[in-house]
Amino acid sequence: MRLKPVAGILLRQFYLIRGSPIRSLPMFAWVAIDIVVWGFITRYLNSMAAGRFNYVPSLLGAVLMWDFFTRIMQGVSTAFLEDVWSRNFLNLFATPLTIAEYILGLVVTSVGTSIVGLAVMLVLATAVFGLSFLSLGSLLVPFLLVLFGFGIALGILASALVLRLGPASEWLVWPLPALLSPFVGVFYPLATLPRWMQAVGHLLPPSYVFEGLRAVLAGRPFSAGSLALGAAIAVLDILLASYFFARVFRYAIRTGLLARYSAESAA
Amino acid sequence: MYAHPPDGSSGKVVLSVAGLCKTYAEVVAVADVSFDVHRREVVGLLGPNGAGKTTTINMILGVLSPTAGSVHIGGIDLARRRAAALAQANFSAVYASLPGNLTVAQNLRFFGMVYGIPELGRRVAELVRQFELERLRDTKCGLLSSGEQTRVALAKALLNRPQLLLLDEPTASLDPAAAQTVRARIRSLAVETGCGILWTSHNMYEVEEVCDRVLFLSHGRILLEGDPRRLPREHGAATLEELFIRLAREPLAEPLERAG
Repeated sequence: MRLKPVAGILLRQFYLIRGSPIRSLPMFAWVAIDIVVWGFITRYLNSMAAGRFNYVPSLLGAVLMWDFFTRIMQGVSTAFLEDVWSRNFLNLFATPLTIAEYILGLVVTSVGTSIVGLAVMLVLATAVFGLSFLSLGSLLVPFLLVLFGFGIALGILASALVLRLGPASEWLVWPLPALLSPFVGVFYPLATLPRWMQAVGHLLPPSYVFEGLRAVLAGRPFSAGSLALGAAIAVLDILLASYFFARVFRYAIRTGLLARYSAESAA
Repeated sequence: MYAHPPDGSSGKVVLSVAGLCKTYAEVVAVADVSFDVHRREVVGLLGPNGAGKTTTINMILGVLSPTAGSVHIGGIDLARRRAAALAQANFSAVYASLPGNLTVAQNLRFFGMVYGIPELGRRVAELVRQFELERLRDTKCGLLSSGEQTRVALAKALLNRPQLLLLDEPTASLDPAAAQTVRARIRSLAVETGCGILWTSHNMYEVEEVCDRVLFLSHGRILLEGDPRRLPREHGAATLEELFIRLAREPLAEPLERAG
């Protein structure tokens, strides 16, 4: 694998943001709005609870982590959609670029853009609403890594779906995290859900993160094994999503879909 | 009229296409197409709309897999070593414009990194100078005129000093003066860099002017091959355009012929 093309894809995103600063807004704006809205909700709930329960870490912490996961996923798919929007597939895939290099380029781009969003969220949540992730200690790193892994997997899957179904299917990308959120128990324990939803939830790595987060914040014993299982599923999901993308790419080459892609509009 | 190599077919083969076929269900887009392109040779791929020219080019570029047959670029099998083969080639097509939201210099740097070009800054500066793009360096490609976009696309197509250059209607959207300049530039590229060029065009005047050899494609098959300056006379036509029209209208009545 060559690293120069991977860096090239990251550089392209940097150029796009520098050339049109409005593109950087989604990196800050939605996460900031989420933190502000949920920050005030938790402040209100705290006042109602009159000191019996602190909602800040459980609710605001969950929002922050879910937003991080969503940014990672959208970071991958947005970098891919740049090539859809600029009708760039022919130029890009008639080069020595391999699928592994391309996917890694999308992932690195997503890391770059998501870290900016994460930093904004952390600063805002800490400075304005007193959220301290330090209470999670070293567990914060594996929690974020599992979410990061699954975000990458979902981003690659969404990109593969758009490649397979055509430019007009880009709307599929945006609601994917929202569709999954009821199953992973961002704000409630999985036990709250009906059995079939719990079964689906156990297949999704974020559910292990949010269960673990709640356990740690409530001072209950935390299951490292569960988080390790979540991490293993996330890695498996990345491999499966990459395999699916590669299969869709081969299909697109075999059927002429890739060559025709530039001719189709996103309308 | 440009100087043509006295024996364009004696050089090293940079593109070898053998028995190339592409079928979609019952539709045959390209049927058993075979040809070579040599160093310093400009080969015209001609044919009416739907003849299979772009399908053939897409298969050579690796963005469409053939149903049968093989493509070797610089001696490397595209099917087996895709990345290595495509590193030897580059292309410019009127329907594949560069991202309009990046500037000229940004596009060249981006694609230079994708091709893994060493000393990229120097290479980009060379191409910007060569294609007189200094004034447009920091202009977004989407804001350029057709002629300027063609120059940028050609600069991008030369980033990796390709052995094989594929040009799909490179002058299609240009005014006659700009087209003349582009033709001269491409012709001199073949001579100076030694690359082989596969060129598609509907402009028979420019084909006669630039190409060392032409392949007439119709219904996915090569009907005729030869020197564009001699072919009309050899087939009882006054001009290449007349021959083209005759072949396009009655392709199946023509005997399959491969002149040298």
